[in-house]
Amino acid sequence: MVLKVFFPSCCSSAESGILIGRWISEQNSAVILAVVHFPFIPAQVKQYLSEVQRVTKVSVSVLGSWSNSKQEKEESLSEFLEDLGTIFSHEPWIQISKEGDSNFWSCSTLQKHSNNPKEEEIILVYYDQRKVMLSHLHPPLDTAVSTDHQADDASKLAAIFDTVAKSKILFMTDRYDDGPIKLTHWQSDGVEASIIVELMKQASVPACMLLTFLLSLISGICRSRVLKFWPLSFLWSKLSTCEQLGHRLQHLQVISSDKKAQNQTQLMRKANIFVSLLVDVALGILLMSWLYRKNRIGHLADTLIPVADHVAEELQDLLQWLMGAPAGLKMNRALDQVLGRFFLYHIHLWISYIHLMSPFIEMILWYVGLSACLGLTVALCILSDIIALLTFHIYCFYVYGARLYCLKIYGLSSLWRLFRGKKWNVLRQRVDSCSYDLDQLFIGTLLFTILLFLLPTTALYYLVFTLLRLLVVIVQGLIHLLVDLIDSLPLYSIILRLCRSYRLAAGVKFRVLEQQDGKPLRLLMQINPLSYGSVVQTYRLPTYSCYPKDTWTSLCKKLFLGELIYPWKHKGEKQD
Amino acid sequence: REDPPERRYRSASGAAIALRRRQHSASCRELAVRCPRLQLRSLSAVTSAVWLAAYGLFVLTQNSMVLSAAIFVTLIGLIIYLHFMKVDQESLLVIGSLGIQVTSSYASGKESTTFIEMGQVKDVVINEAIHMQKVIYYLCILLQDPGDPQGVSEVVPLFQSSKPRLDCLIEVYKSCQEILEQRKTAPQSSGIK
Repeated sequence: MVLKVFFPSCCSSAESGILIGRWISEQNSAVILAVVHFPFIPAQVKQYLSEVQRVTKVSVSVLGSWSNSKQEKEESLSEFLEDLGTIFSHEPWIQISKEGDSNFWSCSTLQKHSNNPKEEEIILVYYDQRKVMLSHLHPPLDTAVSTDHQADDASKLAAIFDTVAKSKILFMTDRYDDGPIKLTHWQSDGVEASIIVELMKQASVPACMLLTFLLSLISGICRSRVLKFWPLSFLWSKLSTCEQLGHRLQHLQVISSDKKAQNQTQLMRKANIFVSLLVDVALGILLMSWLYRKNRIGHLADTLIPVADHVAEELQDLLQWLMGAPAGLKMNRALDQVLGRFFLYHIHLWISYIHLMSPFIEMILWYVGLSACLGLTVALCILSDIIALLTFHIYCFYVYGARLYCLKIYGLSSLWRLFRGKKWNVLRQRVDSCSYDLDQLFIGTLLFTILLFLLPTTALYYLVFTLLRLLVVIVQGLIHLLVDLIDSLPLYSIILRLCRSYRLAAGVKFRVLEQQDGKPLRLLMQINPLSYGSVVQTYRLPTYSCYPKDTWTSLCKKLFLGELIYPWKHKGEKQD
Repeated sequence: REDPPERRYRSASGAAIALRRRQHSASCRELAVRCPRLQLRSLSAVTSAVWLAAYGLFVLTQNSMVLSAAIFVTLIGLIIYLHFMKVDQESLLVIGSLGIQVTSSYASGKESTTFIEMGQVKDVVINEAIHMQKVIYYLCILLQDPGDPQGVSEVVPLFQSSKPRLDCLIEVYKSCQEILEQRKTAPQSSGIK
């Protein structure tokens, strides 16, 4: 069996002493955490180790000896090091010695209790203690879900990462601390103190308390009964702005809660939410500062009304065109006229509504624009709602057209069954054969003919208004995709991956260092960072609205049958 | 320091590839397959084809934007090709009792590495696959299914971009098996002890 010694690269210039670390017997590997220098009192070392063991719950023990002789190897020292093995009994006793500035260390093991002294192959693996301590190992995505309890005892690397991370307390002492025992390991150059950071730490606690209080107040108001009555609650559920605000409120509650994040995932989630909120608000304020300069709101309001008018006029033209002979199609003239007049009247109503609104538009926009300081996503949601409100007539046309078309399609399909002497059995959910009377057949055939000949006219209206509706839905969907992107992007993790790539580890990679005959194999263990794709996949924030729930085929089927389609919202509610 | 011998082989498509074996120690071995180099001929052919097409469009439309766009397209295409697609060397580092590391280095210097722990490796085998119109052989690592000791949870294909022929694969396979067999005999001997 090959013996693996994981040696921290920061200890390579340490003075002679003994190696302390953890022995993982099932993997036959030793994780060295620190070097204890001479002189020391063995009893003190043992006491120190038991203390460390109690705090960190890692079985830290003395694993072997380390000699770093600058000059010629002294005979007495090597004997002394072997004697140490009897004081700290460990099986096997690892002896590593470095001579001069040579990179090739000699490494040997002593096994006192086994009777067959077999020459074992030893692999020296250098690791960067700081990086391994700070990094968080991510198991592969598919195995993490299935068998997590089996994965953690199977994975050797996870055990090593875990050992180093848990013995953080060992590394806390910096090089200026004077204890009874002198250790070499990774050390910070003293704790860095910054007045700003300290002040922010002090201020964060009352700020969080204040925020929690305010949030509880706001959520209390939101839950009050006045806002739960029918028309209001109906309205709230339809406006995407309200949902976005609710979503952000939840985020704020997560951030300001005084509970400490229990594990890495929750910590990252909090940090991601915080950064995403900050970026969102910053973008929103940028947008607001752009909007309120040079009276851009006024210009916007001035252009909005003519645009709405223009859309209505275009629709009128379209209806006039449909009422004639569109694209050379010959329609049923009477039905065509009826439908066209109906829609024209609707547009007339719409135009008068817009003109009634026009004096207030600028004021409304001015106040609505203020909400951009709550974040770009809120502003975008408001934009989506405004688009929905301004294209309400298109939605109405679409619903009328779709209902009429749907009625015809269903009528035709059931009459087609009658035509073939069949009927739909509701109880058994299937088509049964049925014998009809002559009268029934006559009336059915007559109705079928009428419906069939009227179908092209309604289908044309339906087609045109569905296309318009789809256009609006696509614009709204794009806005919601953008909002989703801002909501769900784990910015903190991405920045961490960019600047401190070792913090998010997908695994390790080894580099073979130079070899010399007779000396153990030397490997350098480096941290393999997580790819950006899996960073986003792992730390994606959940969002409230989601992707289109229809597949393309089901969407086409719905369109053909004349069922109503809704924008991409999670509850399947229409947006109007 | 002597250079390890390079052996010349051919890939499945007939291009020349080189296999380099390095024995670092008894239980550590590195096998690197160097892919065929980027041919200057094909590079210049593609570039001139794009630029000729752009020039043709320019003559038709009299819009100089087309020419600058063509330059951008070739530059960005070249960068993407060198950074993400063109693999220069694929290497396999087998360390007994530690694991198998698969590295592919791209022409731009980017390296993508995966390390598979020995506990997860079930075996290394040569497999057959249908590629376009012919049957080719490829080497792959079988990963142990943690739930089922007999099962295979995943198959990791090796040397995907160089696609060496069977004679080269057998060479690599033998080297891998020598080290994998050490692993199989080792737990038994420790059990007796």
